[in-house]
Amino acid sequence: MSVKDASQGPLISAKGLRKEYGAFTAVDGIDFHVNKGESFGFLGPNGAGKSTTMRIIAATLTRTAGEITVLGKDPEKSGPEIRAHLGVVPQQDNLDNSLTVEDNLYVYGRYFGLSKKYIRTKIEELLTFAQLEEKRGVKVEALSGGMKRRLTIARALVSEPEILMLDEPTTGLDPQARHILWDRLFRLKEQGVTLLITTHYMDEAEQLCDRLIVMDKGKIMAEDSPAGLIKKYSTKEVLEVRFGSDRNAQYSDQLRAMCERIEVLPDRVLMYSDDCEELLHQVVLAGLAPTTSLVRRSSLEDVFLRLTGRTLVE
Amino acid sequence: MSVSDAVRIAENLKGRIGEGTYSRRARAILEHRRIAFKQGHWIVVFTGFTEPVLYLFSFGYGVGKLVGKIQVGPNHWVTYAQFIAPALLATSAMNGAIYDSTWNVFFRLKWDGTYKAMLATSLGPLDVALGEIGWALIRGLIYATGFTAIVMPLGIIKGWYGLLAIPAAVIIAFGFASIGMLYTSYAKSFQQMDWVNIVMLPLFLFSGALYPLSIYPAWLRMIIEALPLWHGIQIVRELSLGIIHWSLLGHIAYFFVMIVTGLFFTTRRLRALFMR
Repeated sequence: MSVKDASQGPLISAKGLRKEYGAFTAVDGIDFHVNKGESFGFLGPNGAGKSTTMRIIAATLTRTAGEITVLGKDPEKSGPEIRAHLGVVPQQDNLDNSLTVEDNLYVYGRYFGLSKKYIRTKIEELLTFAQLEEKRGVKVEALSGGMKRRLTIARALVSEPEILMLDEPTTGLDPQARHILWDRLFRLKEQGVTLLITTHYMDEAEQLCDRLIVMDKGKIMAEDSPAGLIKKYSTKEVLEVRFGSDRNAQYSDQLRAMCERIEVLPDRVLMYSDDCEELLHQVVLAGLAPTTSLVRRSSLEDVFLRLTGRTLVE
Repeated sequence: MSVSDAVRIAENLKGRIGEGTYSRRARAILEHRRIAFKQGHWIVVFTGFTEPVLYLFSFGYGVGKLVGKIQVGPNHWVTYAQFIAPALLATSAMNGAIYDSTWNVFFRLKWDGTYKAMLATSLGPLDVALGEIGWALIRGLIYATGFTAIVMPLGIIKGWYGLLAIPAAVIIAFGFASIGMLYTSYAKSFQQMDWVNIVMLPLFLFSGALYPLSIYPAWLRMIIEALPLWHGIQIVRELSLGIIHWSLLGHIAYFFVMIVTGLFFTTRRLRALFMR
């Protein structure tokens, strides 16, 4: 299939994709497709099979069964060509700490066989993009976590990839560093780069993804846009009430009768309704005085809880 | 949509033999090592070739005074320094290669994620193996050249054929680096890596570097003659003393097998670790 043909259909498409490690099934027969220019997310807790799926796409892991094409090619048959199309940002930064910022970009470009002249020009552009111009001569070990992450992303862009794959891009970063990173990723999206993101942060998925699949135990639980998922699997608003740990369960029958659905967590009760201010009023009227209460909008966290009965980050 | 340079380069290799295993860019890894080396690892190379020089002065001149001349062939006697210098060169080639291909590789493999990063690009596992081993080889070349440059003016290694000791040291480094990387790529723990050090010292002390094997009983000689360092020592010693014999080919063949075995299994292991 030529590049032209591949640009018509989906960039990536998987059917019945499976990966087993002995008796353990990491990915349990999943179907999905990713369109060109889309920002596509894999949301799920640790061990859901997100990273495994990413590695199969990136031609660094073989599948046990099923079909997958990346840019119209089979990763197992055209590994180097597919990898030349991809920019990979792994979960753990694997920069060369003994090299400078600039040299890290340079050597990575050389891995793809790019010319020195090309890379030298590209480095200037990437340093600006990653906001690391002033750090160009600094050794990587001296950089902050956020800077390292930005450098890893810049490094993945040296080959001008069509698809950028980010595995847990902001795990371990402080809120400010996360926002800077999200901003950089938005810019890439605007330039037409297809983004593939795994995350267990619902706010990240909501911020970055046009469409996502919710994964748990190797299976796809749901697929839609973040807003679509919330609409389908949750209410507009959520009321969080706390009565103290032993009474949360004790009141659950009474609370359940007042709204569409409740979730009893060890430390709080989540009550789902489209009008939670009114719901809170009812709770108080019934003589159940919560020690704290909070009305908020539904998030992907609630979707996940609904689908799996578990919280995302435990 | 225009195709990026990276894709064009990768597609050029489509359908070639070994595509997916070797992208013909081992030199990119050599370049990486050279840049890292410029940023502060040079001191290791310096100690790498001073070590055999120190041994040579201590044993060659010190112990040599007590030992006198050593017979290496019919009517062929050499000084003790002349006897051990080639062996010290062979040993330093081994040490340098093993150092580069074991501990350094182990860290890149387990901690730094270096190989994972490399194999996420269009490189293949053989590029990585060849590049790393190639670097050990270049260091072997630097050690051997430094050592020879010190020893030749002293008259310990003589004649133009003495210069053949340098390529010989490179073959030795190649062999040991290939096996070293093979072992490291299968090693799981620090403890397993410690075994390398445990094996290296006796290998040096008992492989006929400091005395001829003729003092051993026949059974022990057979064991030593099966080990790689003895073959390495023989290559350098025979070349630098001008003893050119068919057996030289046998020794070289031994290293050829080490190189091929090491490269084959290292490549296979890297694929299994990072691409399966």
